[in-house]
Amino acid sequence: MNNRIATAFASKTNLLNTYFTAGYPRLHDTIPLAKALVDAGADILEIGMPFSDPLADGPVIQGSSTVALANGMNLPVLFEQLKSLRAAVADTPVLLMGYLNPVMQFGAEAFLQQAAEVGVDGLILPDLPLDEYEETYHPLFQKYGLKAVFLITPQTSEERIRRLDALSEAFLYLVSGPGTTGGTTLPDAEVQQRYFERIAAMNLKNPRLIGFGIANKAGFDRACAHADGAIIGSALIQALQGVDDAPAAAGRFVQGIKQV
Amino acid sequence: MGFPCVVYMGATDIERQAPNVARMRLLGAEVRSVTSGSQTLKDATNEAIRDWIANPVDTHYIIGSVVGPHPYPDLVARLQAVISEEMRKQLLEKTGSELPQFVVACVGGGSNAAGAFYHFLDEPSVRLIAVEAAGHGIHSGHSAATSVLGTPGIIHGSRTLLMQDEHGQITEPYSLSAGLDYPGIGPLHAYLGAVGRSEFIAITDDDALAAVSECSRLEGIIPALETAHALAALGQLGAGPDDVVVINLSGRGDKDLDTYLKNMDKLT
Repeated sequence: MNNRIATAFASKTNLLNTYFTAGYPRLHDTIPLAKALVDAGADILEIGMPFSDPLADGPVIQGSSTVALANGMNLPVLFEQLKSLRAAVADTPVLLMGYLNPVMQFGAEAFLQQAAEVGVDGLILPDLPLDEYEETYHPLFQKYGLKAVFLITPQTSEERIRRLDALSEAFLYLVSGPGTTGGTTLPDAEVQQRYFERIAAMNLKNPRLIGFGIANKAGFDRACAHADGAIIGSALIQALQGVDDAPAAAGRFVQGIKQV
Repeated sequence: MGFPCVVYMGATDIERQAPNVARMRLLGAEVRSVTSGSQTLKDATNEAIRDWIANPVDTHYIIGSVVGPHPYPDLVARLQAVISEEMRKQLLEKTGSELPQFVVACVGGGSNAAGAFYHFLDEPSVRLIAVEAAGHGIHSGHSAATSVLGTPGIIHGSRTLLMQDEHGQITEPYSLSAGLDYPGIGPLHAYLGAVGRSEFIAITDDDALAAVSECSRLEGIIPALETAHALAALGQLGAGPDDVVVINLSGRGDKDLDTYLKNMDKLT
């Protein structure tokens, strides 16, 4: 299997990774949204698996998760929808992001196997402890050709960053500052600058995307100055709230970020 | 020490535990109301952890229960262990032996039970009884009896028994008592139950209220609603007339007077 993530980073700069919650705003919006985002210029997709208690998420993604669950989204439904993923998004890298408990209940190996079968490239499971990943999950990820993405925050030690870099074969997810997703309080610009520069100077083998609190073109451009691109989630979800045609709204949102 | 202290509490619990909220405010804490989910302990814990994520440098996260990621359950259990330390000393004075036949404590997350069991864990002759809230009945759909309804899962950063649906979404628990209204139990209690060191008993709202009434009249002690679950288990222990039973009277009922007044028909 070709490595779609590596190919994307090798062939493009300033990558836009868009996050949306599967099953939001309507249960069957997942694939139409994926297609609309890619058609409008998104370079990577991150499909959120909704969870009842998303600890790392702010109010916007908590809300989209609640709606998606009420719509009937769950992992069997998601994998059924994702059977048409590759027909919709061609070779765009796709990651699933979510919390560990639903994965554990589905069965870790069954989950990874089905993810690989429908053409998912990698996974972001922020509450999967690193030791657990190394002992149990890493061999399974390798068996199914899936890549793991790990999060780094301003408080992550250099030792841990090196360990994450060694374990990852996708990209590193730089959390922009303290806070849950969609944060509105901007971190101290000088502190953030030093953080981005410190990571950039470490000569890590993986590319880096900056996420959390990136809401518009200015934020995207600023992130691109310090990394290989950025991840936008909450702002995209907000753009889908209360609209009749969510895929069209998603397309417009991406065009607004990517316009030159 | 002059530290600002922020307490997250579910909006439902703020209402049903108003005297506790008043006490915390009087002591200088800021109590923040949490309106997500079922607006109880689970949701308050979510928000406290999110606050910590947002303030990792200048803020310490602390929790009063034996739940959450390591080292919190261990930390809380060791501090609460003073309960069983005192029990052993007092039992020696009163009965001539440090060991009772039974130790009974209510379990939501399980901090008071962890403290009451702690220094008896290696004394196999002492039966450790953890009392959960059955709410309207264990299988009524309105319950917090995790030992029966829970399966292994992950909540608040620890793997333990958890009430959840088949897809791993955490289900909303129910108990009239704020302190027992939690969809998991501390990992220590999940382990003790699994290896057979502790035994679980589930008590309904109504049986707990009856125990409030009985304890108030017989002893002149108005127990907390959580504690009343432990008291209500007394009749189910199968204890003989000469057995020594220690029930951990974990809280006073002042905070629950509002609930008791609303349920006077079940108290008389």
